Amino acid sequence: MGLNTIKQPGSPEMYVGEGFGLTQMEKVIGLARANSIWPLPFATSCCGIEFMATMAATYDLGRFGAERLSFSPRQADLLMVMGTIAKKMGPVLKQVYTQMAEPKWVIAVGACASSGGIFDTYSVLQGIDKVIPVDVYVPGCPPPPEAILDGILKIQELIKHEPIRRRQSEEYNQLLQSYNID
Amino acid sequence: MLMIDNEFLKEAVTARFDKGILGIEESYGTLDFIVDKSLVIELITWLKNHETIKVNFLTSLCGVHFPDQLGRELSVVYHLHSLVNNLRFRIHVFLPKENPEIPTLCHLYAAANWMERETFEFYGINFLGHPDLRIILNVEDMDYHPLLKQYPLVDATRTDKDDKYFGR
Repeated sequence: MGLNTIKQPGSPEMYVGEGFGLTQMEKVIGLARANSIWPLPFATSCCGIEFMATMAATYDLGRFGAERLSFSPRQADLLMVMGTIAKKMGPVLKQVYTQMAEPKWVIAVGACASSGGIFDTYSVLQGIDKVIPVDVYVPGCPPPPEAILDGILKIQELIKHEPIRRRQSEEYNQLLQSYNID
Repeated sequence: MLMIDNEFLKEAVTARFDKGILGIEESYGTLDFIVDKSLVIELITWLKNHETIKVNFLTSLCGVHFPDQLGRELSVVYHLHSLVNNLRFRIHVFLPKENPEIPTLCHLYAAANWMERETFEFYGINFLGHPDLRIILNVEDMDYHPLLKQYPLVDATRTDKDDKYFGR
C-alpha cells in the first residue's frame, strides 16, 4: 500500500502510511488545544444569559470540546467577556486575565464588551480592548447563541493555526507590554 | 382617629416653623416643602420625633443640578415616608454652586450615609459632619463630579463610535 496524504475537515494535513501518520507537532498541538477549550465565563449582563443558552442542550457548546467551564482563571484557556464592563471593573478584569496561564485567548461577546455599546458614558469602559488584548469580537446586542458559537469557532481556527512559539515571540511580548502586562 | 394627610402635615409644619419654609407645593398628590438649609435638620428631626406624624423612613436622598437658576443651582431632595401613616412627601433645599454645603442626616437615618456619599460623588455637595464622605460608585480616582451639567455625558475615551448612530 502506497503512502498518501489525507485532508479531513478539522484535522491537520497528514502523511499517512500503514499504522502511522506524519504531521507537524505544531498542528497536532493546535488540534488538541482547539478541541479542548476550558472557557472562563466573565458574564456581567444580558450576553451572559445568551451564553447560558449556548451552554444548554439546544446549542450545546460541549459539542465543540468546550464542555467544561472553568471558574478559576488559573485553569482556563479562554476568557469570555460577556456584558458591560464598568470602568471600576476594568482592573478586576485585567487581574483575571493576568491570572490565566499561557496560552490564553480572549473573546469579547456583544456590543458592550467590544466597544461599550449603548453605554456611551463616563462610567463604562469603551471596550475591553482598552485593558486587555482581544482575539475575537462577537457583534450583537445581545448576540444570539449562534453568533457566540461562531465566535468560538473563530477562536478554534486561531488556536489551530497558532505558531507554537507565538507566545515567546517579540511581537506577543510587545502586545502585552502595550497593555502594561508582564 | 386623627387623619394624618397632606393638609394636616402642611398645617402642622407651618404652625411650628414660620421662618425658613420658603414654599410649599403639591404635585400629583405629594407635598413638596422648599426650605432653607439652616432649617432642614431641625425640620426632619421634628418630623421624625413628632408623636403622630412619625416620619420614620428616608426613602431617598439625591441631588439635582439646575445650571440656569443663578445662586441656587444645586438642590438636595429628601424623600421621606411615614410608614405608620402611609404618608410620603419631599423636602427640597437649594444651594449655590460655589462651595455647596449642608449638614449631614446620618445621625437621624443610617440610610443617609451611602446616599449622601453618592450625592457628594455626583454633584460635589459637601455633607458637613458625615462620618466617611468618600465616593462610592465610580472608580476611586474619579476627579470630577460627573452629573454636573457642564461635563459631557459622553465618555472621552470613546474611539470607534460614530455620532450619527447615537442621535447626535
